[in-house]
Amino acid sequence: MDSIKYLDPTTQFVLFSILKVMLVFAVAMTGVAYSVLVERKVSAWIQDRPGPNRVAPFFVEFIPVIGPWLTRLGIFQPMADGLKSFLKEDFTPSYVRKVYFWLAPAIACVPSLMTLAVIPFGSTLGNAANKMVIADLNVGILYSFGIVSLGVYGIVLAGYAANSKYPFLGGIRSSAQMISYEIAMGMSVVAVFLLVGDLNLSSVVDYQRGGLHQWLIWKQPLAFVIFMIAAFAETNRLPFDLPESETELVGGYHTEYSSMKFALFFMGEYAAMIAASGMMVTLFLGGWSSPFGSEPAGTILGGLVHIGWFLAKVAALMVVFIWTRWMLPRFRYDQLMDLGWRRFIPLALANILVTALIVAFTHK
Amino acid sequence: MSTKVVDRAPLTFYERTYLPAILGGIKVTSKHLFNTLVKGKAVTMEYPEQKWVVPAGYRGAPYLVKDQDGATKCVSCQLCEFVCPPKAIKITPPGPEGQPADRANAEKMPREFEINMLRCIFCGFCQEVCPEEAIFLQKDYSLTGQSREEMIYNKEKLLKLGGTHAGIQKWKHKLEEAKEQETFPVPTP
Repeated sequence: MDSIKYLDPTTQFVLFSILKVMLVFAVAMTGVAYSVLVERKVSAWIQDRPGPNRVAPFFVEFIPVIGPWLTRLGIFQPMADGLKSFLKEDFTPSYVRKVYFWLAPAIACVPSLMTLAVIPFGSTLGNAANKMVIADLNVGILYSFGIVSLGVYGIVLAGYAANSKYPFLGGIRSSAQMISYEIAMGMSVVAVFLLVGDLNLSSVVDYQRGGLHQWLIWKQPLAFVIFMIAAFAETNRLPFDLPESETELVGGYHTEYSSMKFALFFMGEYAAMIAASGMMVTLFLGGWSSPFGSEPAGTILGGLVHIGWFLAKVAALMVVFIWTRWMLPRFRYDQLMDLGWRRFIPLALANILVTALIVAFTHK
Repeated sequence: MSTKVVDRAPLTFYERTYLPAILGGIKVTSKHLFNTLVKGKAVTMEYPEQKWVVPAGYRGAPYLVKDQDGATKCVSCQLCEFVCPPKAIKITPPGPEGQPADRANAEKMPREFEINMLRCIFCGFCQEVCPEEAIFLQKDYSLTGQSREEMIYNKEKLLKLGGTHAGIQKWKHKLEEAKEQETFPVPTP
């Protein structure tokens, strides 16, 4: 490890960045796989079923007690799911617009992963110069909003490329929905930055790291609610899954997709959920700091604990995302638009105004 | 035509915030989650380990049965073969020089008796038509095999699966009746 110290700072930075990118990608992809499992398990439990409880590699049965227990928990199911996606026939209907048809899944999947780059997932690992965030951008939130709104292009493009009715309707709904909720989401965050005074997500976490009472969810509850609901809409999760809505539109924008292309949409959706959870944790729930207040870590162990706090908070929000899916029925199209334009945007504007007034009168 | 106009009260402000719906959703889902996870009250039957208990009179797969002495009941009359709607049964009779029946009161027994379980529709006509009560629809409903050939059950397999059916002992009762006829007048119990 000592040899790293003799490299020049640029090389060190590049090396650490590559390492962080690979780790974050690995953790995010594992998270995606296992949130699918959690989704299946939670939905099963809510519907009085045991859920996936059979898949296991052959050697697991030889592990006493823990082996069968893990199998019943479905721990090995994501591997089988992934393998299945690779082995299924990748069918391209004859009538699709081929270039866009191939492009759309990638465009849907990549932006949600790119958002993860600006989210601070930990403090440091002992070395104060090396922050646990891939890109410590000064305009972090602007970057993430810019990237997230690219995600809609994947879905709209999928709807257009499939050249058939249902995907087209799904694509149209998706674009309308994204436009409506992107605005409310952006506006809800403005109030947060009025308080923090910085667009850098690391400083947002610094602002909140004093402990549970410092978390911005207490100072900006309305912004949190709006951001959360808008995040549901942005990630196409029930009750706002209108672009997909199996019951009306067969499969919505991904009706014509199969195999790995479909899996990319799926991964994109869950990666977007993880990114949205990470963003909510960073903005409102104290980021990597513990509820008892914490300083940037001075040791590797402390740094790992902070990363653990971050992951735990993200996991908790993911469960909220998943649980909500089985809790609420889908909104009607007009209700969705009504909620976005006529409720949330005025509310978010009022929130900005009130926050701005409070800041103006109390700030010295 | 009379129409009844249902009076629908406009939603109150509280209802329009979606809060009652959300709270109701939380209540219902957490109740079910708790019941399944903590009390273990999932409604699913985990099939290969737990099996459905079939009711009396269930029509499962038809198998040949043996009588109380372990002898083949079938006398190769081929009525079931003729009545079988999907033509799943194929009987090879013993022929003039064939093996004699392995029980008294029977002229012959089939050399081979095959039921194609892929064709069988479990209708029960064979059981109904059999004069010897030699074939019964039993409680097996899960028949699996790796090939079509494997799903054609032969006499040996059918007899093994069918087991002994000592419930109806037609020929024993016939014999008793015949003996009773030998004294006259017939004594009434």
